[in-house]
Amino acid sequence: MATVLKQFIRDAFEETTTGNRCYHIWMGVLTALMCLGAYSYSVQLRAGLAVTGMHDHVSWGLYISNFTFLVGVAAAAVVLVLPAYVLDDVDFGRAVLMGEAVAVSAVIMAISFVVVDVGGPARLWHAIPGIGLLNWPQSMLAWDIIVLNGYLVMNFCIPLYILLAHYQGRQPDKRRYVPFVMLSIFWAVSLHLVTAFLYAGLASRPYWNNALMGPRFLATAFAAGPALMILILEVIRRKTDFDVGDATIHKLSLVVTVAAQISLIMLISELFKEFYFPTHHSLSAQYLYFGLDGKASLKPFIWLSVGMVLTATLVLTLHPLRKRVGWRNTACVLLFLGILLEKGLGTIIPGFIPEPWGRIDEYVPTWIELTVSLGIWALGAFVFTVLAKAAIPIELGRKRFIA
Amino acid sequence: MKPDLFPILNNIAPPQECCSKPSGAKQLLDRPMDRRTAAGVMAGALVAGMGLLSTSCSITASASEKEQAHLDWEAIFQGNYRLMTEDEKKNTVERLQRSHELHTGKTVRVSAAEPKEKVLYGYAFNVSKCRGYMDCVRACTKENNQDRASDMKYIRIHEHAKGEMNFEHAQDDFFHEVPAAGHFYMGTQCFHCQNPPCVPVCPVGATWMEPDGIVVVDYDWCIGCRYCMAACPYDARRFNWAEPQVPEQEVNPNQHYLGNRPRKKGVVEKCTFCIQRSRDGRNPACVEACPTGARVFGNLLDPDSEIRWILANKKVFRLKEDLGTEPKFWYYMD
Repeated sequence: MATVLKQFIRDAFEETTTGNRCYHIWMGVLTALMCLGAYSYSVQLRAGLAVTGMHDHVSWGLYISNFTFLVGVAAAAVVLVLPAYVLDDVDFGRAVLMGEAVAVSAVIMAISFVVVDVGGPARLWHAIPGIGLLNWPQSMLAWDIIVLNGYLVMNFCIPLYILLAHYQGRQPDKRRYVPFVMLSIFWAVSLHLVTAFLYAGLASRPYWNNALMGPRFLATAFAAGPALMILILEVIRRKTDFDVGDATIHKLSLVVTVAAQISLIMLISELFKEFYFPTHHSLSAQYLYFGLDGKASLKPFIWLSVGMVLTATLVLTLHPLRKRVGWRNTACVLLFLGILLEKGLGTIIPGFIPEPWGRIDEYVPTWIELTVSLGIWALGAFVFTVLAKAAIPIELGRKRFIA
Repeated sequence: MKPDLFPILNNIAPPQECCSKPSGAKQLLDRPMDRRTAAGVMAGALVAGMGLLSTSCSITASASEKEQAHLDWEAIFQGNYRLMTEDEKKNTVERLQRSHELHTGKTVRVSAAEPKEKVLYGYAFNVSKCRGYMDCVRACTKENNQDRASDMKYIRIHEHAKGEMNFEHAQDDFFHEVPAAGHFYMGTQCFHCQNPPCVPVCPVGATWMEPDGIVVVDYDWCIGCRYCMAACPYDARRFNWAEPQVPEQEVNPNQHYLGNRPRKKGVVEKCTFCIQRSRDGRNPACVEACPTGARVFGNLLDPDSEIRWILANKKVFRLKEDLGTEPKFWYYMD
């Protein structure tokens, strides 16, 4: 086993460090962005979070918004896992490793966004049970720490086991990994709900304190996550010999369509509740969609998001349009960006505006926050590229263990 | 306490199980040595500590530099205050005192005074008397060594136009002569809820309610995630977005570990009912500073206290009672 692992790592290293010019430029750009992010983060470490746009009244900003969105993307890998492993759907089978690579990258990004957001990253060991004190089960954040790390480990280990089996030219033993697959499916949904409960559990923030928070989270994630998957699979089938086939893409786009439609229904019920008879508790929604006291920094973004999601859902709902690559891909881009805007700016930030006593103190991210966030996104793309690049030749049967 | 006479007090839940026991390692973990050992293992892994180590072994560094490096090194592995034994608490505050002395050449007194038996602190605010002078705000900042650079304030004074009490229409950043005609004033700060929503959300147990009802933060244990700030419905918590600045000559040397000792950047802080004063039997600085007598502080479990008289004889109310937070902070009018 040790020799298999050794050769596996050597092969993977060799595979990920060789490629055509396009590949090297891509990895170079990502590395440069990561360096930029690391530099900005070093500025933030020295000066404190004062270099961000956050303040006592909007105490979470771009970082936690990105975290929230990425948890959704990570959990959406389950869309591929469930049919592939449990229902033995051959169409999804080929794409499932890519789905898990997306999940791993998204969880790494989500964890990074939390780490850059805390005031004392050097004291994070306080959350390690045994040497620190994890306030579980009281704190939803403690739950989130557990589910995030658990999900990361599972989505790393299951595909690794399957890849190693393929690498040795044999079929993986189903009895060994299917129980964990089942667990990871259950885990993905709970990852989502736990993150939604993190916000929904706060009676102090009426905008978050609603029962639809969790379900709407799931619906938007099952639209944005698979939409990203479609785009990634399209790139991979064009750039490599690894072709998942049209059937997979069609099935995935159907999932995206249904999820987008459901999320729109939920958006409508939320808007109805907030605006049919607006109360004191609707102030955040009023601020978000129309502005309050002449302050409306989020208004253009949320309407842009609504427009993008509506257009994308319409395109995907019409069968002839959805079946055409150009339309489908455009719709997926619109949907992904629309939900990123909605989760990124329209979910976390308005919860803080107005603050508990009614003041409207707005939030504008600084360049430090933007570049750190960009760096983390680059990190995620880098991790995914490395994982995919190492896995594809094994899946295609080009790289095999030679005893 | 006579429950039938004081329905408000009767509504207050008794202090939680964990808080009614004496503070110490027995409370949550009964194996402090295990934690220590584990922390020692972590020490080896921390590259950051290498600089400190090199200073403490250096032949060129002075004795005080070495001592400082040693104290800083120990501070990294300091445990959660609530889990410390009496000895550990004593050592910790002594180290903090010595460290401050080495840094600034001035001595401070860091107390670790425990809560008194049969004490539950409460606060009452007379809306009729407050005239918006803000002496409480200034006294609070000075007493509690708050960051001067960002002008951090625990207390907010809201100016309401007569005829409504909608905080959204009130002003808390007025710059004119007070009291303004046709207006009245209300102060908000940490209400030290008996059911505090900010406490259970903390992922590392760095904030809790003491047996005498004061909600405190262990500044050295806080990781700065700010979940408690999101959970507080009263805007009571403040974050040190940058390294807090207090001019050396203005530092209040009479400190408490859970109170006004200097904070660092990246941690949450809040009103502690001036724990360094209240556990000493004195009133909080805001109460002492108020020129109109609008602020009353006292022991809710003492039937002869002024605050109990107010609760029994005035028509009192609390803010956002619908959230079930049970604030120990009442408003009343003459």
